[in-house]
Amino acid sequence: MIVEFGHFALILALLVAAVQVVVPAAGASLKDDRMMRVAEPAAVSQLLLIAIAFFALMYAYVTSDFSVANVAENSHSTKPLIYKMAGVWGNHEGSMLLWVLILAIFGAAVALFGNNLPPTLKARVLSVQGAIALAFLLFSLLTSNPFIRLDPAPPDGRGLNPILQDPALAFHPPFLYTGYVGFSIAYSFAIAALLEGRIDAAWARWVRPWTLAAWMFLTIGISMGSWWAYYELGWGGWWFWDPVENASFMPWLAGTALLHSALVMEKREALKVWTVLLAILTFSLSLMGTFIVRSGVLTSVHSFAVDPTRGIFILAILVFFTGGGLALFALRAKDMQTGGLFQPISREGSLVLNNLLLVTAAATVLVGTLYPMALEGVTGQKISVGPPFFNATFGPLMVPLLLALPLGPMLAWKRGDLLGVMQRLALAVLAAIVALVAMFAVEYRGPWLAPFGIALGIYVMMGAVIEYADRIKFGKAGRQEIMRRARNLPRSAYGTLLAHFGIGMLVVGIVATSAYREEHILVMKPGQSLAVGGYNVTFTGVESGRGPNYTSNFADFDVKRDGVSITRLRPSKRLYDAPPQPTTEAGIHASWRGDLYLVIGDAQPGGGYAVRAYFNPLVRFIWLGALIMFIGGGISLSDRRLRVGAPARRIRSPVAVPAE
Amino acid sequence: MTRKQKRGVLIGGGVATLAVAAILVLFALKDSIVFFHTPSDIIAEAVQPGQRIRLGGLVEKGSVVHEGTTIKFKVTDTLKDMPVTFTGVLPDLFREGQGVVAEGVLDGHGGFKADSVLAKHDENYMPRNVAQALEAKGVKLGASAHPGELKAEAP
Repeated sequence: MIVEFGHFALILALLVAAVQVVVPAAGASLKDDRMMRVAEPAAVSQLLLIAIAFFALMYAYVTSDFSVANVAENSHSTKPLIYKMAGVWGNHEGSMLLWVLILAIFGAAVALFGNNLPPTLKARVLSVQGAIALAFLLFSLLTSNPFIRLDPAPPDGRGLNPILQDPALAFHPPFLYTGYVGFSIAYSFAIAALLEGRIDAAWARWVRPWTLAAWMFLTIGISMGSWWAYYELGWGGWWFWDPVENASFMPWLAGTALLHSALVMEKREALKVWTVLLAILTFSLSLMGTFIVRSGVLTSVHSFAVDPTRGIFILAILVFFTGGGLALFALRAKDMQTGGLFQPISREGSLVLNNLLLVTAAATVLVGTLYPMALEGVTGQKISVGPPFFNATFGPLMVPLLLALPLGPMLAWKRGDLLGVMQRLALAVLAAIVALVAMFAVEYRGPWLAPFGIALGIYVMMGAVIEYADRIKFGKAGRQEIMRRARNLPRSAYGTLLAHFGIGMLVVGIVATSAYREEHILVMKPGQSLAVGGYNVTFTGVESGRGPNYTSNFADFDVKRDGVSITRLRPSKRLYDAPPQPTTEAGIHASWRGDLYLVIGDAQPGGGYAVRAYFNPLVRFIWLGALIMFIGGGISLSDRRLRVGAPARRIRSPVAVPAE
Repeated sequence: MTRKQKRGVLIGGGVATLAVAAILVLFALKDSIVFFHTPSDIIAEAVQPGQRIRLGGLVEKGSVVHEGTTIKFKVTDTLKDMPVTFTGVLPDLFREGQGVVAEGVLDGHGGFKADSVLAKHDENYMPRNVAQALEAKGVKLGASAHPGELKAEAP
């Protein structure tokens, strides 16, 4: 009964979405206030209806109602409760329902918190948002309905893919989708602005918090996925340039560019047309990602979808929203007046460079991701494009970006003094050179490019520190003055500093773990030891155990450092009951220096076991860096100026705003 | 600088960046893409030793031999087979009689040296490339060929 209730609510949500598309948009054209105001209750009731549908499905999972096909195919009665709940989105149909739920949350949030928006703009934004919801609700109901019943119901379900049975399943998809779907707001604002035919700095001020929120969640979602793959798959790697990863990384790159260009537009009224285009492209890449992951065009761990009709449906959605958005852009963009002039060497100039490099990088990732599919479609030739391609194309584009990163925020708007800024950054360059020399002295056997990469990361981190010191006049003013300046520095400035510092950490982590990773593959018998990453690891034996829905074989390792036992690691192999599928669980000992990572393989004739042991230096810097970026985004988002948001329209330049 | 010159700098910079990126992409596509073959293709198309390829097919029943951390097995498309050596830990789902994709090079002595092995996803699943290639060769597959695969890599 509750399941039918959910199904019905989803159909109602579709109808409400249809109303939300038509009535407010018509109202905005006719300047009819009452029609425009329909958008708000429509968006809120759409959220309520989709939430009812979502929780009805979750109820079916929690109560193990196997008469629901989706539950029977993806759940099992012995599955722990957390995976029954999170398992709702561990499959295609359920994850699309989560997709539309998050879309509705964003729509309702604009309806509830967008009080300072001009009424026609708000009506149009919500109308576009309704159109996206309408498309995906149709997709869900017509091709991916999670509420289909089975008769007769099977006695038990087929179970959830064991790789997904991990606490990260509860967090990674919702965060990732919040990021993905959050960019729909930027898209809706862009389309609404094109329909309105005018756009100004206030527009950027309204769009920026939504973009920032989406960017934050995409950042943390991607990094959680990377961390999950790292510890769960047992390959010791953290990024594989898998198309599924690229699908979320492309909107991240474009979204990062959007965040920066919206800043230029807000402060200087420049780059308007470009920002609108970028908003359309960013969400188009989100849709492209949804297409890649959900259509089944891929062969990958994440792709559960098989049915080609789904692929064509999502492709149609992609073509409609991207093509429609770009067509509208082509028609209307020329009417928008350009503002704010600037010299190439200026804050604006540096942000243009940022945008150019990020968008080009996104384009190279797009080529590498789509080329194999296109080639197979055209010639039938099957190829794979792997990490070497992306390292050779994406990598070189990041070098100038990272070199310019500390310079940008220190340049003045309009006309900057590059030489002066470089002098102020001398300390960061010095720190990088010291690191470079030290790395060559210590790790002279490693790849010769690696010390440069680490030096680059340290330069970016130090750049953020120096910028902060500069702004609070550290070492130049009295203690009280420093404290006062530190307090008065806007939160958005703190956010930027943290995010940039996090990028530097991320780079150091990526380079260190890629270049200096230690790896051993060997057969070990109980009692044997291995030296890895400064640890002495002794294999003491194998035991079996029983988890809630699996049996497991633990290998026990005693880990010593300088002769003192510091921990025991128990990498294991699990065999799940339903579906009967083995998984590998790595044993990881984390420290600031790096991770000791052990994986147990097959039993060998003669009583030994295949063992893979890694030492991944500084690998935690990758996720810590991403976490700092996320926190930076959060601090920036809490800035009063962003929350209170809209100033009166057509403010020329916000003179009163402290230096930024 | 005049307005025109500034615009020139912007456009010039943009075009230059895109050109560099396009060159990088073309070179990388030439050097780092990997073609997929079945054992019959390798013989038919005379793939050269040393060229990186992906070899796909089924793990031949009874062909798997463990020698310490080195594993030897045969990949077959039921018409021809190819002996493969791999050093490392095989993926969880590697099993005899089931689909596999190995990436590496021909050793020039009629064998294939793999440095990474991808295995199929679960009881019914098979890497999509393998399923299509086998079906194209007239091999009947029982269950539907779902996407999804796991991977193992050697250093």
